[in-house]
Amino acid sequence: MSKVSDIKLKTKQIVKKHKGDKSALIAVLQDIQEAFNYLPKEALITVGDAMGIPTSRVYEVATFYNAFSLNPRGEHIVKICVGTACHVRGASAILDKFERTLFIKPGETNQDQKFSLELVNCVGACALGPVVVIDTEYHGQMTMAKVDKIIGKLKEGAQ
Amino acid sequence: MIKMNNTQALRQFQDDLKRQYDPKKKLVTICAGTGCRGYGCIKVKEELEAEIKKQNMDVEVRATGCFGFCEKGPLVIIHPEKIFYQQVKIKDVPDIISKTVAQGDVLEKLLYRDPQTNETVMKEEDVPFYKKQNRLVFGQNGLIDPTRIEDYLILGGYSALAKALSGMTPEGVISEVKKAGLRGRGGGGFLAGIKWEGSRRAHGEPKYVIGNGDEGDPGAYMDRSLMEGNPHSVIEGMIIGAYAIGASEGYIYVRNEYPLAVIHLTMAIESAREAGLLGRNILGADFSFDIKISKGGGAFVCGESSALFASIEGRAGEPRAKYVHAVEKGLWDKPTVLNNVETWANVPLIISKGADWYASIGTENSKGTKIFSLVGKINNTGLIEVPMGMTLREIIYGMGGGIPKGRKFKAVQTGGPSGGCIPESLLDLQVDFDRLYEVGSMMGSGGMIVMDDRSCMVDVAKYFLAFLQEESCGKCVPCREGVRRMREILEDICAGKGEEGDVELLEHISTGIADGSLCALGGSAPNPVLSTIKYFREEYDAHIRDHRCPAGVCKALITYSIDPEKCTGCGLCIKVCPTQAVSGEKKKAHTINNDLCTRCGACIESCKFDAINVK
Repeated sequence: MSKVSDIKLKTKQIVKKHKGDKSALIAVLQDIQEAFNYLPKEALITVGDAMGIPTSRVYEVATFYNAFSLNPRGEHIVKICVGTACHVRGASAILDKFERTLFIKPGETNQDQKFSLELVNCVGACALGPVVVIDTEYHGQMTMAKVDKIIGKLKEGAQ
Repeated sequence: MIKMNNTQALRQFQDDLKRQYDPKKKLVTICAGTGCRGYGCIKVKEELEAEIKKQNMDVEVRATGCFGFCEKGPLVIIHPEKIFYQQVKIKDVPDIISKTVAQGDVLEKLLYRDPQTNETVMKEEDVPFYKKQNRLVFGQNGLIDPTRIEDYLILGGYSALAKALSGMTPEGVISEVKKAGLRGRGGGGFLAGIKWEGSRRAHGEPKYVIGNGDEGDPGAYMDRSLMEGNPHSVIEGMIIGAYAIGASEGYIYVRNEYPLAVIHLTMAIESAREAGLLGRNILGADFSFDIKISKGGGAFVCGESSALFASIEGRAGEPRAKYVHAVEKGLWDKPTVLNNVETWANVPLIISKGADWYASIGTENSKGTKIFSLVGKINNTGLIEVPMGMTLREIIYGMGGGIPKGRKFKAVQTGGPSGGCIPESLLDLQVDFDRLYEVGSMMGSGGMIVMDDRSCMVDVAKYFLAFLQEESCGKCVPCREGVRRMREILEDICAGKGEEGDVELLEHISTGIADGSLCALGGSAPNPVLSTIKYFREEYDAHIRDHRCPAGVCKALITYSIDPEKCTGCGLCIKVCPTQAVSGEKKKAHTINNDLCTRCGACIESCKFDAINVK
């Protein structure tokens, strides 16, 4: 994990890139999340100080939007599409299977920080439903049997 | 790209492009929309390019926007013959190049086969899915490489802007859009021209135009396909709108989950700027306008205008009361016109072809075409663009090819979480803004989720309330608490703990939520529940009175059993069952212990003999 001083430095650079423009708060947080994979507490405090925005408001924005995570996320982000089309095609069974396989609930990261499980409301690939997006790769027509295979492969790759 | 300083230069540039273009030259277009990317089309594209190089040929392979027929991706068209190949795999590539591209031989196995007639179809426009479409807005998607402005220009792109700037007053543009009867494609269906007029008249500088690309309705992805596939059509519409209302700044607000749309829009804006189509003195006229992209943070409520403004301003996306309309006080309290990106993409058409032409398409009060995403339990999943007024039956059975596996149609859900479920008895409904509203649903952004007899309508209502509870910003108490309470009641019903009077209570709470919420999210939140109660009351009663889920979905109300006649005792279900609920000897019929069974569905998925019964 990054050191506090690194986080502060990087955060300041990001704020500078956006010229400290207060309306760019969301974009700043998006950049920070891209850099650290989540929003570290120190980064939020630094953002508030550097942009002249109360930390409480930074926190409000960081917790309002689904895209932000205040906890470190895993190496692989598993996003289960729970859009309507995927729902009627059995997305909840796929979600259950991931929960059973990874021993985590949506929004959580497993103990060895390999996987985070997240839900997404429609990724716009309804023909492939039920769809799961792992990192940037789309896995269509998901079945419970496929879950084991995919997770197995990723675990192998991670070792 | 050279900078064009007047409309004459634009025409000249388009003419030059057309002169250089050889209509007989071989061209391979491949759909690179999200669906086809999911099928691995990028690898097919790379393989096509490699094979062409290997065979020493001079053929362009163009990755375009979404063709729409997502069910059959990856899709490839060989020009100029326009041979339409579907479900193309990497191993098909050598034949495509050496036979079709080089010699013009058609590969039968890659053609679409009409399941009704069992005959193959060679051209895209003859496939039943496309035949009755009228792809005015969406049609160019399959021809354009969205990263190249030239591809848009050669098809006459930005001519509408040139026409507006050189021969029309801003008022003239507004009156044309009003006369065309263009209504907002994002859900509200408000007349765009009226909005524009209000903003033009309003006092305050600068004025803003915004393209709403925060497509949040689950099951709707037409905005994504437009932004990804034909970003310039949205941008051109916005520039014309900005000219009409006198705006100098614009934003496109794009949903967080659409990274490719952000990339393509960013490239499109940059190349439009280089070409003199954005920025100072556009095409030499006394009119300056530029567009920025604002990436959403993944909040459904930000599709609502005032929440969207808050988000662009860098705040949490909470809607506010709209005593003063956005056209007067919108973004940063300045006059603002917010239209959906599909609405913007309609504008160049109206300006170039005229309001009378546009108004001749569609129904009395809903003009033009609408893009729908036809998804769910449907044979042909995809995006279709049809004139307003087409019946649901034509859409679902004509283009959609009906319900898979010969199952029975139950309902079609339109309008996303704000819409409702429409039953079979209304299949002949002509789809437009007003007809959908009359039956308790709405157009929304155009999602159509088809459901068959294995979809439980109470579960669907619960699904939407869970969605809305999660997405409610929490500002208005009736929405925050009411939706939560409704969800709890529906969860109880689905768990077999429903009571007499629950349905009436749901209806009662619905009135309070609709009346007591500031924005449309709360105002229309009860719709999925009210429409399912209206058309599928017997399903609610079956859950509450008989503790039965007729569709076999609600886990607490169903049991699994194994049909001893069909079971071969292969043991697959024993292997996949996570709770060891299945037992039995090899080659003898197995049984399920319902005390252990969690109804996860693993056995159903694994069974090759359809031996698991759900009741």
